[in-house]
Amino acid sequence: MPKEQKVGCARPTGSVVGEDAPPQPDQVAPAAVKEVRSMVQVGKKAPDFVAPCYYQGKFASVQLSEYLGKWVLLCFYPGDFTFA
Amino acid sequence: MSTDSMFVHKMWVDHELSKMVSSGGVPFPMLSDGGGRVGSVYGVYDQDGGVDVRGRFIIDPDGVIQGFEVLTPPVGRNVSETLRQLQAFQVVRGSAGAQATPSGWRPGKAVLTPGPDLVGNVWKEWKVGMAFD
Repeated sequence: MPKEQKVGCARPTGSVVGEDAPPQPDQVAPAAVKEVRSMVQVGKKAPDFVAPCYYQGKFASVQLSEYLGKWVLLCFYPGDFTFA
Repeated sequence: MSTDSMFVHKMWVDHELSKMVSSGGVPFPMLSDGGGRVGSVYGVYDQDGGVDVRGRFIIDPDGVIQGFEVLTPPVGRNVSETLRQLQAFQVVRGSAGAQATPSGWRPGKAVLTPGPDLVGNVWKEWKVGMAFD
């Protein structure tokens, strides 16, 4: 049965049918070895990317470098229909 | 930019954001970051949650990152502070680096012109109260 849970940004977990599901991510200690991710640095060039987008009623594609010559605010957020 | 598809972005605009933004719709492209690939490169993708956390980057006309702020999901940004930083970076850039904006600067407040005469003398031009609005 679906189990009601606190409203948040939880993602599915799973296992092979008939076997026990692995523990939820927030119930286990972080893996001992994790991929080391580096943060971008201020004063350095921004990594370029192409991404699909929705803009003014149309589906389109945006490349960051198209905005050279302009100031850009690039904002990430956890998800549509969330709360903050 | 979030890990939602552009189709979900459209639904969000149609069903919710259009009720917050009065006219003309959302005035900037809503980017889709499937799999968190862009977020990973920028260091804001949370692998456990499968989402991009609340990261905000100010990128200047040369494509250089001048500032960023990263928050966990439950706390929203302060857009006024972001705009204040943007205006400060624009002042500094407009002076070709000759001017600096001290703590608490906002448009209309004094800027500093770093140089030998200012060393040890910032206290004459900048008071602690100026750090606050």
